Amino acid sequence: MFDAIENWMQAFGWLPDGLITLLIILLKIVLLIAPLMGAVAYLTYFERKVIGYMQVRIGPNRVGVFGFRVWGLGQPLADAVKLMFKEVIIPSGANKGLFLMAPVLAMAPALAVWAVIPFGSEMVIADINASLLYVLALTSVGVYGIILAGWASNSKYPFISAMRSAAQIVSYEIAMGFALVGVILAAGSLNLGQIVAGQQGGIWQWYWLPLLPLFVIYFISGVAETNRAPFDVAEGESEIVAGFHVEYSGMPFAVFFLAEYANMILIAVLAALMFMGGWLSPFEGVPVLGDTFLAESSIVWLLAKTSMFLFLYLWFRATFPRYRYDQIMRLGWKVFIPITIVWLLVVGVLVITGTPPWFDVA
Amino acid sequence: MSFEQIVFYFFAAVLILAAGAVITVRSAVHAALFLVLAFFTTAALWLLLEAEFLAITLVLVYVGAVMVLFLFVVMMLDINAAPMREGFARYLPVAALVAVLTVVVMVMAVGREHFGLDQFAAPERMSADVSNTRMLGEQLYTVYLYPFEIAAVILLVAIVAAIALTLRRRPGTRYQSVEKQVRVRSEDRLKVIKMNAEERK
Repeated sequence: MFDAIENWMQAFGWLPDGLITLLIILLKIVLLIAPLMGAVAYLTYFERKVIGYMQVRIGPNRVGVFGFRVWGLGQPLADAVKLMFKEVIIPSGANKGLFLMAPVLAMAPALAVWAVIPFGSEMVIADINASLLYVLALTSVGVYGIILAGWASNSKYPFISAMRSAAQIVSYEIAMGFALVGVILAAGSLNLGQIVAGQQGGIWQWYWLPLLPLFVIYFISGVAETNRAPFDVAEGESEIVAGFHVEYSGMPFAVFFLAEYANMILIAVLAALMFMGGWLSPFEGVPVLGDTFLAESSIVWLLAKTSMFLFLYLWFRATFPRYRYDQIMRLGWKVFIPITIVWLLVVGVLVITGTPPWFDVA
Repeated sequence: MSFEQIVFYFFAAVLILAAGAVITVRSAVHAALFLVLAFFTTAALWLLLEAEFLAITLVLVYVGAVMVLFLFVVMMLDINAAPMREGFARYLPVAALVAVLTVVVMVMAVGREHFGLDQFAAPERMSADVSNTRMLGEQLYTVYLYPFEIAAVILLVAIVAAIALTLRRRPGTRYQSVEKQVRVRSEDRLKVIKMNAEERK
């Protein structure tokens, strides 16, 4: 498809090649970011609906589209418009520059990471060798937004929140990194596309089974990294009001929200790619279904798996009470890190001995 | 000037400005943030040298972890800069002398005679499928295996030592007993009593 556009642009004759490449990359970025922002907007709606039904409420159902009240589907649009027109209040004691830069620092890494996320064997903006490392590096930068927001607000609750979140995110990054090392070990590659390619051959070939402890730890650490319930001590509505974004209003506040939800979707996509076979079909190699469209790998499978993980996020939030702070630290350092180290040894042995059915084809 | 050179000079300029700002800005938090910017631009320069693994690792380790903890500490300090500026004029000649000497030594050590293009030719561009990570790994785990392992053990000792320093029992401190907390069942805390409804008087 992009080749066709490139040919069409070259047919003008007066566009330089560099500009054409730039335009194509920009087009790809728009094609990625626009659906992502749509997904973020409707994830907030979905979250309120799902938690509503879990708590035997209805959730938002008033705002419709063009006068039709379709289960409140207009709610995210109304929210967006409302936030855009709200006044941006800057506290008088705040450090103005950093106060306004903090949401940007939260948002920029959350979007930049998506450059290396593949949605199919060819559908990726930047197919780099060390894409998993790039993901890990950029997600670890996102914490600056929270810390700076807490500090620049010059207010007590945001500052407490910044402290909590700095310690929590650095701690869980280690467990998460170890879990990813297991995946790298199993796939023998740092490239996300090749990691998916290593899981070919149906649901039992995916890495969730040989790497089960790492899979569970990865997802729980992901929930902690994105500051979501039950690890949301950085926001902790009942303790410190809203944590780092107490002093924010209007669009800067919305940007924090966008970054948080974009990160949630990212963790879900990564879990699907690394442990659940990405775009591969679960019915690959099944006798009867093997010939139908169900066995074909496509982006639909990836989106379905991602949605499943996103639902888990919402389910956790509706189910678990918030962790106490020292319990979070204990879980991260004394439970997750030892388990991941032990399981890394197990994975190493499995890979070296070429244990079927996962690692017998080297 | 080729596009690559423009990119290089841009990041080099930002790097030098950021590094200068680290030691000149008044606020410690701003200094730490300029250091983060310096790390980022260094990573960009390393990317230009095709050292993508090192570049990404620099961002991951220094920006993502070390500087976060650094900021954590710096933000909690309440530094009053005024006493530190006392005697600035008095020590200025000595400081200037040391600075000039350092620059001279640096120029002599890493100047053009030793590291110029005639000494080290610009490396050939690798093709896109050469994996920097794999090459680095092969070198580290074959040729440099012992130095690598020894460095790892030294770091481990440092970690253990740092943790051991914090292990001092202070009298009067209350600790959580996690085993007891985990073992608690609802029957230990809550007693449900069956009784007849009382008549309202």
